[in-house]
Amino acid sequence: MITLTDVQKDYSDSVQIGPVTTEIESGGITALVGPNGAGKSTILTMIGRLLDIDQGQITVAGHDVVNTPSKAIAKILSVLRQENHFVTRLTVRQLVGFGRFPHSGGRLTLGDEKYISEAIDFLNLTELENRYLDQLSGGQRQRAYVAMVLAQQTDYVLLDEPLNNLDMQHAVQMMKQLRRAADELGRTIVIVLHDINFAAHYSDKILAMKHGQVVKHGTPEEIMRNEVLSEIFNTEVNVIDGPNGPLAVYY
Amino acid sequence: MMFKTAEQQAPQQRHSKPITDRKHMRNYVLMMILLGVLSVGFTIGIMGYNNPAEFGSDGWWVIADMRRDSLLTIGVVALCHAMATIAFQTAVNNRIITPGIMGFGSLYTAIQTMFVYVFGMAGVTMLVGVPQFFLQMAMMMLLATALYTWLLSGKFSNVHIMLLVGVVIGGTLGSLSNFMQRMLTPSEFDVLTARLFGNISNARAEYLPYAIPIALLVTGFLWVRAHKLNVIALGKSTALNLGVNYKRELILILALVSVLISMATALVGPMMFLGFLTAILAYQFADTYSHRLLFPMGFLFGYAILSGSYFILRHVWDAGGAVTVIVELIGGTVFLIFILRKGRL
Repeated sequence: MITLTDVQKDYSDSVQIGPVTTEIESGGITALVGPNGAGKSTILTMIGRLLDIDQGQITVAGHDVVNTPSKAIAKILSVLRQENHFVTRLTVRQLVGFGRFPHSGGRLTLGDEKYISEAIDFLNLTELENRYLDQLSGGQRQRAYVAMVLAQQTDYVLLDEPLNNLDMQHAVQMMKQLRRAADELGRTIVIVLHDINFAAHYSDKILAMKHGQVVKHGTPEEIMRNEVLSEIFNTEVNVIDGPNGPLAVYY
Repeated sequence: MMFKTAEQQAPQQRHSKPITDRKHMRNYVLMMILLGVLSVGFTIGIMGYNNPAEFGSDGWWVIADMRRDSLLTIGVVALCHAMATIAFQTAVNNRIITPGIMGFGSLYTAIQTMFVYVFGMAGVTMLVGVPQFFLQMAMMMLLATALYTWLLSGKFSNVHIMLLVGVVIGGTLGSLSNFMQRMLTPSEFDVLTARLFGNISNARAEYLPYAIPIALLVTGFLWVRAHKLNVIALGKSTALNLGVNYKRELILILALVSVLISMATALVGPMMFLGFLTAILAYQFADTYSHRLLFPMGFLFGYAILSGSYFILRHVWDAGGAVTVIVELIGGTVFLIFILRKGRL
């Protein structure tokens, strides 16, 4: 369980995110949605201790993310940001191997290699594992990054807009793989998503944010309503019945 | 247990090691052998070539001892510049800038110029000696460490701002030196100029008993932290995700780098290009993320280039003086040819 208590980030006197108090339960996929500037990424990166918290407290599985040694956190929580650019030239497999660093300290054992192979196979990267990252398409590279955080073998996985720049096919593939990671591997996945329909279809819980506050937290059925979505996104949204569940139409 | 052995015997075992396949391994080993042979060749050349005294006589040994000190200096300088530059570029996540950007060279120039400006010709000799060597080194380290700790731990907490401030300080010190140099007499200026180019002969034998242990100690420390450096190279958020205490590691690496570069600069003068060159050649030819493989290759490149330049300048062309000229010529050409052929950085 991830617990946020009065968490606040001050960007300037007038711009602040929070205070946010909420709980994200273990298991399944929780999607963070909301308009631009609502504070989704801020909250996610603060949970992942990539961003300092100005006020309040965040605990993941009972561990305070600020006071617990970073190395210990790295074994229970992994976080992936939107932009990843490396100056080093790495193969897919070497990158995924770095996911084992919190456990191996850089000395990979046979056991580590087994986890690495599993993560690569899980994301269908087996054929590509010896390719260099600069020889991959954007979608393949994104999958390689996700494989790295899966190889980290953490109960909690935080992903900041992993569907960015992915086309339909790859976005759907990615969500299906994350769904499997949650169902088959028992990971708790927290994900920032822009497309409300993706969130509704693939996630178990939706956490809606606006103006730095959590405005709604519930199941997709509770969120996928005309008045709720229109309020969150400041736009006329009509929810219709699609072939695979409710669909939000906003254009 | 049976299962494991069967897996090990599989023809193409899946692994994540820094050397990807047999061809990569062969290239790395061949390059190391080539560099090793070159280094040994130049070492023998410098020791033995054109020694005017009769072989085995007392005079021969006196000259050989002096040449040995030059070789040790070359070794220390190559070690410092190669490892410091690779570690620095990893820490700031940029493979174009070098530690020189923090103003080490400018501060050295300013100190030397100031002494000649104030004390005249005698100023140059006043800066020779072990205490003076440590003093110059300490001043450069003080500047660099103050910059790191102030700009990285404060509210800026930004590598780019730190670099920018370093460039501005370097520029300011540079113009200050320029201004003072204008006021010197031509003969004073001549003496000063000889000190301002990186030159192996600037080093004196009495520095070496201090310089060698310090260089070995600091580079040894970097070697031990190589695994963490591999992770730091992936950038701040990935390193934090993988549980590395990023800020502490960064300040530590930069402090070690400043020790190495300050010492090398106090020893022989500024050598802007050497570190950049050795680092970029090591990245190209080692083609791996592992610092345990990059460091030795960088060092051998540095040693081969420096000793080769020194050998050609001093012994073949019989022209003492600025080794940096040759370093930039040979090294720059190799670098350009390589980039043009491979087509990527």
